[in-house]
Amino acid sequence: MHPAFSVIFLTTLIGAGQGLFLALFTGQLYALANLLPQQDDRYFYGLGSDLAVLFLGLGLLASFFHLGHPERAWRSAAMWRTSWLSREVIVLPAALVLIALYGLIHWMEWTTPFFVIRDALPVDASLIVGVLAMLAVFALYIATGMIYASIRFLQEWHSALTVINYGLLGIASGFTFAAAFSAWIGNGLVGFYGTWAVIITLAALVTRSASLIRNRRIKHKSTLQTAIGIRHTHIQQKAQGAMGGSFNTREYMHHQSPPFLHKVLVVFMVTVFTLPILLLAASYWLESPYLPAAAFVVQYLGLLAERWYFFADARHPQNLYYQSVS
Amino acid sequence: MTQLALVIDLNVCVGCHACVTSCKEWNTSGWAGPMTDFDPYGADPTGTFFNRVQTFEVGQFPNTQTVHFPKSCLHCEEPPCVPVCPTGASYKRAEDGIVLVDYDKCIGCKYCSWACPYGARELDEKQKVMKKCTLCVDRIYDEALPESERLPACVMACPTNARLFGDVHDSESEVSRQIRDNGGYQLMPEWGTKPANHYLPRRKTEIRIHEDELVRADNPLKKEGVPARPPADRPTLDDTTSW
Repeated sequence: MHPAFSVIFLTTLIGAGQGLFLALFTGQLYALANLLPQQDDRYFYGLGSDLAVLFLGLGLLASFFHLGHPERAWRSAAMWRTSWLSREVIVLPAALVLIALYGLIHWMEWTTPFFVIRDALPVDASLIVGVLAMLAVFALYIATGMIYASIRFLQEWHSALTVINYGLLGIASGFTFAAAFSAWIGNGLVGFYGTWAVIITLAALVTRSASLIRNRRIKHKSTLQTAIGIRHTHIQQKAQGAMGGSFNTREYMHHQSPPFLHKVLVVFMVTVFTLPILLLAASYWLESPYLPAAAFVVQYLGLLAERWYFFADARHPQNLYYQSVS
Repeated sequence: MTQLALVIDLNVCVGCHACVTSCKEWNTSGWAGPMTDFDPYGADPTGTFFNRVQTFEVGQFPNTQTVHFPKSCLHCEEPPCVPVCPTGASYKRAEDGIVLVDYDKCIGCKYCSWACPYGARELDEKQKVMKKCTLCVDRIYDEALPESERLPACVMACPTNARLFGDVHDSESEVSRQIRDNGGYQLMPEWGTKPANHYLPRRKTEIRIHEDELVRADNPLKKEGVPARPPADRPTLDDTTSW
């Protein structure tokens, strides 16, 4: 498939934004269970949620560049019963609004508990909205992944690993950002977020590697023989119906050489997994506020390459009809 | 239920592209707006087509066959492009099974083109909406046309009658009979999309002749006589069997 930069930016930006919100809310839940010290509501949760909203907003903006008619984008909420794309279009703004509301509640400090469960769990507005936002964020990861995983013709994508990778890679970059954010405002949670970022990045390494191995061994269902229905082992295409390019030769092909693809693979394996883990580990000892930020930047740039490779790696069966240019 | 479709006979298609040009001519002049071309006379021409003819060489020299292969939307009975559309712009008509795009609802997200294994859908780079074969829905029901011309433009144009049009759900229709009698098949049956369009294979009329049929074994001019006696040293029938 042709990697579209609008979609690459959309999926990586919202993935990081969702991950950042999950990191903030995890911090709140840990503080609620007295596993972490209480944080300053306004700056940590309020500003942090604003940054998550910024990531999601930028992703939403990027998605409009993918559309031929962005002014009709509102129509795409119609077919939520059958289309995962439609579901994403509904869940993305919902998650964005809930995270913004979560940030607003912390910023305005509307955190007086409504009631206390068993003298231990004070339930306030931030907890209720946080749980709703968390559900929306998970639903959004599933919807985003399922857009790709639900197309059965693209066998490289048609796997549960696609959804898992979208989720884990997004959460990993969000937690790395949370570590960088904590280091920047100096609230002492760098170790907590850094450790989780490393754990989730390692989990993503396992699942992404699994999908790479799966895709190397994939056996495509369609062949040139089934595509044109002629039973012969030697079939050569002599003309593809157009001398110049067509939508079919642009949309479904990446037009890059196998060595280039291999380079992208090596680059994203190093920048998404190896370097951020090393930088986060180094920040543990050096206590530098810059290293976690560097880890996030490196990992985010790596994720752009990872997403590019995700598209280039998928081979669409329609390419069987475009074997040569005559 | 009616399912309109094309049946394309690869046995008689000569690859003249008349279906391509007539399709483009009819559909680019219609109410739905032009099928835009870019740089049509330049070095790198491109444009929107509903129908393309491809050519394949089957076999190795000297035993080769050239197969011309027209390809357009197959109007699947289980169209995978329809449920993925987020706006409902892509739909399959219940009354005649034609898969259509509502150009006023399409947002140009290209998701349907990913979900079509045949690559039958093309984004018009000027209008920025997804386009595809309509089976000339604006011709086949047009009562201003004489009844004999209420056919898709490609079917009208084909000089060798390689394109047949009709209802594939009606067992007695010409298209159903051709599919049944001449081994009509669907493209990429492995995906279960059940394309309505069918293709008729290349067919050769052959008689099978065995070697012994080329040499007369029973010479009618053979002189009849007493069969030769077995040699005296070989056992006779009386020696080997007891009556």
